[in-house]
Amino acid sequence: MIKIVKRDQPSKAIFFLTPVLAIFLTLVAGGLIFYILGFKPFEALKFFFIVPVADMYGFSELLLKATPLCLIAIGLSFCFKSNNWNIGAEGQLTFGAIVSGGVALLFYEQEGFYILPIVILAGAIGGMLYASIPAILKTYFNTNEILVSLMLVYVSKLILDYLVVGPWSNPEGFNFPETRQFSDSARLPLLFEGLRIHAGIFLALVAVVMSWFVFYKTYLGFQMKVSGFSLKTAKYAGYKGKKMIILVFLISGACAGLAGVGEITGPIGQLHREVSPDYGFTAIIVAFLGRLHPVGIIFASLVVAITYLGAETAQIFMQIPKYTGQVFQGMILFFLLASDYLLFFKFKFIGSKK
Amino acid sequence: MHKLFIRSFVSSLVFLFTLTVAAVAKDVKAAFVYIGPTGDHGWTYQHDVGRKAVEAAGFKTTYVEGVPESADAERVLRQLANSGHDVIFTTSFGYMNPTNKVAKEFPNVKFEHATGYKREHPNVATYAARFYEGRAILGTIAGSMTKSNVIGYVASFPIPEVIRGINSFTLAAQKVNPNIKTKIVWAFTWYDPGKEAEAAKALIDQGADIIAQHTDSTAIVQIAEKAGVYAFGQASDMDKFAPKAVLTSVENNWGPYYVERVKAVANGTWSQKDTWHGIGDGMVVISDLDPSIPSNVRSKVKKLQADLASGKVHAFTGPIYDQKGNLMVAEGKTADDGMLAGMMTYVKGVEGDIPK
Repeated sequence: MIKIVKRDQPSKAIFFLTPVLAIFLTLVAGGLIFYILGFKPFEALKFFFIVPVADMYGFSELLLKATPLCLIAIGLSFCFKSNNWNIGAEGQLTFGAIVSGGVALLFYEQEGFYILPIVILAGAIGGMLYASIPAILKTYFNTNEILVSLMLVYVSKLILDYLVVGPWSNPEGFNFPETRQFSDSARLPLLFEGLRIHAGIFLALVAVVMSWFVFYKTYLGFQMKVSGFSLKTAKYAGYKGKKMIILVFLISGACAGLAGVGEITGPIGQLHREVSPDYGFTAIIVAFLGRLHPVGIIFASLVVAITYLGAETAQIFMQIPKYTGQVFQGMILFFLLASDYLLFFKFKFIGSKK
Repeated sequence: MHKLFIRSFVSSLVFLFTLTVAAVAKDVKAAFVYIGPTGDHGWTYQHDVGRKAVEAAGFKTTYVEGVPESADAERVLRQLANSGHDVIFTTSFGYMNPTNKVAKEFPNVKFEHATGYKREHPNVATYAARFYEGRAILGTIAGSMTKSNVIGYVASFPIPEVIRGINSFTLAAQKVNPNIKTKIVWAFTWYDPGKEAEAAKALIDQGADIIAQHTDSTAIVQIAEKAGVYAFGQASDMDKFAPKAVLTSVENNWGPYYVERVKAVANGTWSQKDTWHGIGDGMVVISDLDPSIPSNVRSKVKKLQADLASGKVHAFTGPIYDQKGNLMVAEGKTADDGMLAGMMTYVKGVEGDIPK
């Protein structure tokens, strides 16, 4: 007989094993779905997860795709660790892209080493400004940051729409909704000839190292952790809650803004209506799959990035609908949340003795 | 005898030639990149109908749906070019820069970009349809059928393509009914059933008894059906979604062009060009007219359709005035393609301003 018993303490090993379990279950369920749809499951999984990264180009595309996800998820981990539910990273990304894109357009057809740093900084500031809205409303007016940050996503997209359709649209572009191409000095340098992977990846790596340092080596990181476990305890310990809320939102906004900069000054090279295919939302899955741990987030961003690439490859070579990529992302989160059950409960096998 | 020999020799040569062409043709693979799902019953759906025509002509095809116009488009294009496709159709405006960028890296692959204007490399062609001809037909029907003299128009984005459609529609409606007004609501989307439905409701509240649309979903015709007003289908025949409301639809018929271009690749005769086909070439098709349209309107429509097809009538024939009364096109003149391509002013009779 099997009995379900509550654990005295959440298991540390299980804490880091469940993401792996979730990925495994996703693969099994995904294979099953392919089988039901009439595709060969192993072949489909091969085209989904192996073929896209089988060569140098594919691997570079994986890193390109994972970079914004990793950067945003690192920022979100600051918020989520301290019990602040920032759901609006997509809006912060968009607003960061708007501000940095605006600055890049100011330097249209200009050259200079100083342009790119200003453009990057502008993006971080844009993201921070946008993230400060839900943070300030939460600290001083007690609003719900989930709602505010989420609704602001749609506002940011409308602002972007307005700008690219109207005042910032390319004067030579027949009024199509896009800006001019940025000058080369406002573009992130490419790392290898012929590949799209750009210097933005270093921004992500710096964010990873800094977050690790803050989480595990500073008093602030400790305060965040305590607030995450129990807000009452944090208050009792005398931590300055309001300051921390604003700080984590600013960090999170800066990271999302930088992800936006990476997209528009990296592969895209201009502002138009679709700067991000919802990276800000997908990064929430990445943050949780990575257990809000810097190293975990690196792996999680690679796993989630490959679901995008795999969906394209599977459609090209096997005519599997591309939207299965989103099904995979959904399944990963679903199985992760489901297997979190094991953190708090365990199965006990009881022999048949009387 | 001698003649017979030559004839049979020639015919066998022709036969052999067709055989080789057929053999070569089988090897040509075409790829299609879509912005939306193939089941949207609008823009992407019609491109996929075109793709199926290419398959029916004996060629292999591949498609990728739901490709965002973000950094992802370039990767999808490169992968298609890299995996043995000879011609790639990119069916949304936002693919313009990625298409030209990837085309540079793959000079042996042909690229066909819909609705764009950049042909930076010899292997990039562009194509679009003169939808405004279809909209002149719709305007004629709307002007004849309206009782309130207010016609609603749900528009997507203020780009020349859409402004041109509004103008062509309004000019044709004015020809049969000088008192009509066209009211515009900008939805700022190509496909968002919720927003489109809201826009249609707003127009009906403002007294419009016919709704035209330049967005892709079936939401507007369904709202019209419920409200008891008329509407026109967009991109595909939307009659089955609102049998009473839909008077007719303007269908995007890409199949003949796609088949022609893929065949040209197979024969080695493909060359760069900019195609802008209308009713005459069959790229713009008018669906069956609803039985509620009276016979005198029907005959007007049929005549206009034939005249647009033959080129006897141009949808933009002067005198055309803008909203302020300035002359845009003089009497007896027609607007040239350059003017049409950059059209960013409303004609007289359209209400409101173009959003800036």
